[in-house]
Amino acid sequence: MKADPVQAAESVREYLESQNRKSLLRFLTCGSVDDGKSTLIGRLLSDTRQIFEDQLSALERDSRKHGTTGDEVDFALLVDGLEAEREQGITIDVAYRFFSTAKRKFIVADTPGHEQYTRNMATGASTADLAIVLVDARQGVVAQTRRHSIIASLLGIRHVIVAINKIDLVGFDQQIFDRIASEYREFAKDLHFSSIMPIPISARYGDNVTTRSANSGWYSGPTLLDHLETVAVDEISIDAPFRFPVQYVNRPNLDFRGFAGTIASGSVLVGDEVVVAKSGKSARVKRIVAQGGDLDGAVSGQAITLVLDEEVEASRGNMLVAPTARPQVADQFAANIVWFDENGLKPGRSYILRTETDQVGATVTDLKYRININNFAHEAAKSLAMNEVGICNISAQAPIAFDTFAENRTTGAFILIDRMSNATVGAGMILHGLRRADNIHWQSLDIGKHERAQAKNQKPAVFWFTGLSGSGKSTIANLLEKKLHASGHHTYILDGDNVRHGLNRDLGFTDADRVENIRRVAEVARLMTDAGLVVLVSFISPFRAERQMARELMEKGEFIEVFVDTPFEECVKRDPKGLYARALSGSLKNFTGVDSPYEAPEDPEIHLETLGKSTEELVEILENWLHERDIEQEQYDDGGGI
Amino acid sequence: MLARLTHLDRLEAEAIHIFREVAATFANPVMLYSVGKDSSVLLHLAIKAFYPAKPPFPFLHVDTTWKFREMIEFRDQIAKKLGFDLLVHINQEGVRDNVNPFDSGSNVHTHVMKTVGLRQALDKYGFDAAFGGARRDEEKSRAKERIFSFRNAQHAWDPKRQRPEMWKIYNTRVAPGESIRVFPLSNWTELDIWQYILQENIPIVPLYFAKRRPVVERDGMLIMRDDERMKLKPGEVVEDRLVRFRTLGCYPLTGAIESDAETLEEIVSEMLTARTSERQGRLIDRDESGSMEKKKREGYF
Repeated sequence: MKADPVQAAESVREYLESQNRKSLLRFLTCGSVDDGKSTLIGRLLSDTRQIFEDQLSALERDSRKHGTTGDEVDFALLVDGLEAEREQGITIDVAYRFFSTAKRKFIVADTPGHEQYTRNMATGASTADLAIVLVDARQGVVAQTRRHSIIASLLGIRHVIVAINKIDLVGFDQQIFDRIASEYREFAKDLHFSSIMPIPISARYGDNVTTRSANSGWYSGPTLLDHLETVAVDEISIDAPFRFPVQYVNRPNLDFRGFAGTIASGSVLVGDEVVVAKSGKSARVKRIVAQGGDLDGAVSGQAITLVLDEEVEASRGNMLVAPTARPQVADQFAANIVWFDENGLKPGRSYILRTETDQVGATVTDLKYRININNFAHEAAKSLAMNEVGICNISAQAPIAFDTFAENRTTGAFILIDRMSNATVGAGMILHGLRRADNIHWQSLDIGKHERAQAKNQKPAVFWFTGLSGSGKSTIANLLEKKLHASGHHTYILDGDNVRHGLNRDLGFTDADRVENIRRVAEVARLMTDAGLVVLVSFISPFRAERQMARELMEKGEFIEVFVDTPFEECVKRDPKGLYARALSGSLKNFTGVDSPYEAPEDPEIHLETLGKSTEELVEILENWLHERDIEQEQYDDGGGI
Repeated sequence: MLARLTHLDRLEAEAIHIFREVAATFANPVMLYSVGKDSSVLLHLAIKAFYPAKPPFPFLHVDTTWKFREMIEFRDQIAKKLGFDLLVHINQEGVRDNVNPFDSGSNVHTHVMKTVGLRQALDKYGFDAAFGGARRDEEKSRAKERIFSFRNAQHAWDPKRQRPEMWKIYNTRVAPGESIRVFPLSNWTELDIWQYILQENIPIVPLYFAKRRPVVERDGMLIMRDDERMKLKPGEVVEDRLVRFRTLGCYPLTGAIESDAETLEEIVSEMLTARTSERQGRLIDRDESGSMEKKKREGYF
């Protein structure tokens, strides 16, 4: 029999309304392998009755097959959702689970404990407000406890529960609990946590998880769930300065131009003055457009569409901000970096830096130090390996608008992306802007690149010869220069060996030094094109990322990548300097093609297959290519020659 | 005085943000529209995200030819009413080979008509991003998935090599042929979906509401006999029972539940006392533990 439908509907609506008003706490569980993170979440879900019957019977089936708890239900299998995880009994990637109690809603990220999966732990931590750091009562604070605590702190988490787990296995010993708790507090005193709450628990048996345990009468603090329900969540303050990263410009027709995005902090009302961060132009908010009727105002966290009263230029990546409290705009800044990729961070290499909506090429100009996760010591380092944390200076190709991460978790964060693999290789938290860029203004000169090139009656260009050692780069470049010179061009050759004797003599052959080697040469080539020269760069330049970086330094059409393609066996046979013999015998390390990789160009302007061709024939190919390009270009301009 | 955001406000804002991020960064996105309640919510959010413009991408329905007739009617009616660009793809090779849930089995049918059909459609149009309505609370392997979930050129998901996903900064870069599946409802629960449908008055397929329908009991499930293609086995009888569906898919693979919930409020109230999860009505999840992960690795949504 149905209850009175009107009354029932009313009570459902009331219930839903109360659900809707509940606050949300996002937290993660972290700590070392086998400290019981997944088990704890399984216990929380089970004790708060979030598990359905069919899920429970699947769990019982799985426990018999993969479980590690004998005849009992293995709660970890509830969250270890990947087959590889269940088979190996470990957590590989972060799992998100949802539950709610009478007081609060929760999203919990169960993160992996293995060091090699730290990036997945960071993924879970980046959106969390609180971290439960599990510690095995038998082991105490271990390296992974510290690593995860440091990463949680760097990523802006301010509340920590130190769940001292498996307390049953040490006989509910208060002294052990006290010792671990004070050891953790001592270690974490510089991590800027605003609350640290140690709780003795047994995730497997449920002691002090949702109900107070009779086994630990000496413990007078809250249960884990009590604390989760009552800890104060730091919501993004709507009193903070207005920040609105422009995400998408909505322009369905000429009469409508809306700036769409999510308010990162503060609030906005119709009529408010806002400023475009990068240009300083200001306008007033005319409308806040929404389906079903315009809004009068909006607060941080809301995804809105703003219409301004004046036509100001602001595209994706820019920010609309409060006029009296503006973000910094700079192309150089210092940041904490957490590195995720198997290939280490290389200072000088160009990565793609992405903020919430902006994207720009960027290099780490100075790796100031690496943080030792055991003792916080600052260690000198030439690169950051996977899972390492360091402080770097970063130089971007164009200015970005930002706040410090301490001020704003949304506008102070960025990720780094590898240009070739598109992998997310690192995450950054901005510490402060560097003022250098403001002080070294570009001199505005009357004589410019165009005038210099005109005087030489040519168009500047960079021929970038790349290929294995012994492939014939320098020989071809030399002959091409002779011919260009003979036809009246002003040229210069930058040769790998020659430059290494002077400008780059401080550099070795590690990957990091190779990157810096190419960066310097590319910058020199750029200055030479500015002087109006035709530059011939003859460098092995084995990495695509650096060649791409060099390409982006030049003007469009100025960079001509020439792939001198000679098979490895042929280069070994030629071996003009006897280097292959030494490399193959092992007496010369980091030699390209032998024990250091060569990444062939995927789409070079000119691809020279050298086998069976004389140097003259190869140079003729280059000359023909140039000739054809000039014919094409003559249709657009009347530039002389190249 | 500006009001604090409610739980649904926050979920809505997150989804809208995700929609806009894709529109701003991908060349050729598409939204998978599967006609179910999650798709209805997704569609509603897509419209909000780009208002007053229309969503700047088409909608794709991979039709297995075994969907409930009411789903197809509803789909066509909504497409017409909202005037959106609806692409319908059917795996014609599967039709030619007479792949169907009864003779081929649920696994083969789902793989050929749904997974392969989807891959065909994505390749045919060259989509580089595809929105789906999957939620993390649905299933264990979904709970592990990123909001922006990378697929290689073969449409495969590699759960062991997912890109880190920090804050709301999404890595949207893909090489030619690669793509990203995007899940704006990742952080919604089943309750959130119903609550939002109620709050926003979003139209859904009537199959979600209880009604007397012709059902057959088979393998412990109540299967609605939607057309003559379903042959009765010896001993089976078609009965009219008061039933509804918690999820919708191919009718021979979707179990009905006995229910008298005829309004959204009654559905919510029933859900709050439910003792089984919504995916329990899906035959394809039953084959074995981990079967969803396998399907996803092959390109299933």
